[in-house]
Amino acid sequence: MASIADFAAAQKPIYHQERPSKTGLLDWLTTVDHKKIGILYGGAGLFWLLVGGLEALLFRIQLAKPDQHIFVGDTFNGLVTMHATTMVFLAVMPMIAGFSNYFVPLMIGARDVAFPRMNAFSWWTFFAGSLTINASLLFCGAFPAAGWTGYAPLTTKDFGGTPIDFWWAGLTLLAVSSMVAGVNFVVTILNLRAPGMTLMRVPVLTWMMLVIQFLLAFSFPPVAVGLILLAFDRTFGTVFYSTGMGGDPHLWQHLFWLFGHPEVYVLILPSMGIVSEILPVFTRRPLFGHHAVIFSGVFIGFVGFGVWGHHMFTAGMGPIADAAFASTTAIVAIPTGVKIFNWLGTLWNSKMTFPTAMLFAVSFIPMFTLGGLSGMMHASPPLDLQQHDTYFVVAHFHYVLVGGALQGLFAGFYFYMPKISGKLLNETLGKIHFWVFLAGFNITFFPMHLLGNHGMPRRIYTYPADAGWNTENLIATSGVFLMTFATLTFVYNLITSLKNGKDAGSDPWDANTLEWMTSSPPPVHNFDFTPVVLSERPLWDHKYTPGFEIPVPEKAEEIHMPSPSWKPMWVSASAGVIIVGLLTFNGIAGIPGWPLCIVGAIGVVLSVYAWVTEPV
Amino acid sequence: MSAHAENLTHDDAHGHDGHGALAENNFLGLPNIKLAMWAFLGSECMFFGSLIGTYFFYHGNSLSGPLPKDVFSIGITSISTFLLLMSSVTMALAVDSMKQQKPSTARNFILATALLGATFVGFQVLEFHEFYTEKHLVFAGPNASLFGSTFYTMTGFHGTHVTVGVIWLVIMSILIQKKKLVPGKEAVNVEVMGLYWHFVDIVWIVIFTFVYLLEFLK
Repeated sequence: MASIADFAAAQKPIYHQERPSKTGLLDWLTTVDHKKIGILYGGAGLFWLLVGGLEALLFRIQLAKPDQHIFVGDTFNGLVTMHATTMVFLAVMPMIAGFSNYFVPLMIGARDVAFPRMNAFSWWTFFAGSLTINASLLFCGAFPAAGWTGYAPLTTKDFGGTPIDFWWAGLTLLAVSSMVAGVNFVVTILNLRAPGMTLMRVPVLTWMMLVIQFLLAFSFPPVAVGLILLAFDRTFGTVFYSTGMGGDPHLWQHLFWLFGHPEVYVLILPSMGIVSEILPVFTRRPLFGHHAVIFSGVFIGFVGFGVWGHHMFTAGMGPIADAAFASTTAIVAIPTGVKIFNWLGTLWNSKMTFPTAMLFAVSFIPMFTLGGLSGMMHASPPLDLQQHDTYFVVAHFHYVLVGGALQGLFAGFYFYMPKISGKLLNETLGKIHFWVFLAGFNITFFPMHLLGNHGMPRRIYTYPADAGWNTENLIATSGVFLMTFATLTFVYNLITSLKNGKDAGSDPWDANTLEWMTSSPPPVHNFDFTPVVLSERPLWDHKYTPGFEIPVPEKAEEIHMPSPSWKPMWVSASAGVIIVGLLTFNGIAGIPGWPLCIVGAIGVVLSVYAWVTEPV
Repeated sequence: MSAHAENLTHDDAHGHDGHGALAENNFLGLPNIKLAMWAFLGSECMFFGSLIGTYFFYHGNSLSGPLPKDVFSIGITSISTFLLLMSSVTMALAVDSMKQQKPSTARNFILATALLGATFVGFQVLEFHEFYTEKHLVFAGPNASLFGSTFYTMTGFHGTHVTVGVIWLVIMSILIQKKKLVPGKEAVNVEVMGLYWHFVDIVWIVIFTFVYLLEFLK
């Protein structure tokens, strides 16, 4: 029987050119290696996950008891706004980008992404954006406080303070980063597949990554336009969101949610992909309805562009629009249900093992389903009118995003970290993490369903003692401490396992897909030879199905790996200078900032010229 | 080797035109850069769709004048539109010359395209100047109107795209001059530039038709 040990016999590839060797910090600053960029994204995502969690902890302490005055007014609003902005854009999205960077090329048998320097540009632009959003605390002593949805005219100069400038500036940089990354990965997945990997042989996780890259590329432009109009209003005094001049508050809502709803599918689809990869490995059978799972993911991506109006049922769009968006929203339940039943079909009557990765993956299914069911209630306009802006909605999207997206990502960490670090995570700590997190998560968010039904609105900093909301709020806050403890256990586990973890070997889970055929961590060139893909589960079939062995070529391959480059960072920095110029356009202390825009634009042109003429 | 792989041996699995030595996947047989440009143009469709959508979302909402009919002069804009459309012809000729291994002809057509594009931008600057000083259509500030803000932003972003295209064309002509961009495998770079240029032209056709011409149809 064939085994992955066969691959060790392969000739090492011959590098087409010498790689200039840089070590240490310089290497990380100039890297174009998708694996290093993936680690940068993942590390940043984890860091901001802790920051966003801390923000939540603070405002949950404020809400634990009635009539408290610890974080009041704009301080509270700032914490809520930054909790959501941080979790969506700076925690979950970069973690997804981390997985997609690290594993998409490995899963499709490629040596890197299609445009490695563009990939580095995406990372540095994300980095600049993440700092910009949070810089308002440094420069204004306050966070943006208009909610993560930033409804204009609430964010215009008349109503929103200076921190909003940092918010639009940071989000604009993140939008650029995501659109560029989207284009890059669409090309990578479509064109850099190993020979034989037809679309139906592409792993489900990579498929979901392909869908979200299209969503990123096509859904960020509308919000970018919304942000640009907001920036113009605040900087130059245009009148887009000025109701006194005939402007309509619906405009921002349409532009934002035309992005915002595809965005929530960007957050959930990768976790669905991770679960679809993990369940087959630990049930030791193929994914039930493999193709149906892929097609329903694609369908969710398409429908995602036609449902944004369900966020606006209370905004007064009229009965026709309400009815149309209610129908399209209800349709989303079909592909989602297809996925859920296929996962259940995979589990049904199988011999499962339960390492932590599998625990998180299995618990994803009911938790996500609970969030999905309350989501279906919001598809109905009359019900939604009752639930809009109450804690019921908060409960809904936390079940989907924490019980769904975040649990899926945790599963991914336990499953994939051995490939990244070469070390297994500690299972005992992992199980503590899982059970405490699951308990804490449900203790926090389940009572919010009741709070919402009892009429507690979102985004209020306190409530009177006789409103009847005291018990549920206290329970919810106590759950946050459990989640905090669980997450810190996870971080401790990650860090200590890097040193003390058991050696993982190439294929610790006896897995199905190509990333497990190379060493852990993989070499710079990923694979010693380009694998030929013969089935949906190439590595499984190599090991267990005679006749499907992945052939090892006798000749060493000649390869070309891209050289490290400063240029991506130059372009990002120049874009950052333009943003600083816009932020200070009208001057600070009498010194106008607008010349910085010109400096930045020249910087972009020069560094792009240096980029295209640089030998790779 | 199994029966399933009989047509898929390692040597012919990754066919490279003339560069067969390098192991680099190319599943669709399309250059990455071309695929990337198509995906980017899809993204750009959403961008201009949002800008043009904003214009029409606010159409007729302005509380103060002037109105579109008061400011548009179809005659002059037709001339600049014609020049921009002609630049698509020169762009196509540039792509063709590059494919026919005639880099210096391609360079001349590229410079002609850049010149036509720059002239279009020049017309736009004149148009903006006239609208602002003579027709009192204001972009921002106390005298601004919704029509002013939406019109200048939408057409301004189109003009910015043309300007970026002109800079790109100039850089490309320099690279061809310096023989850093040569026919053959790199001709696709000119083709990709052409895709962008034609797209920007198409956006203008949409804007000219729906924003300018339709105003006078009613």
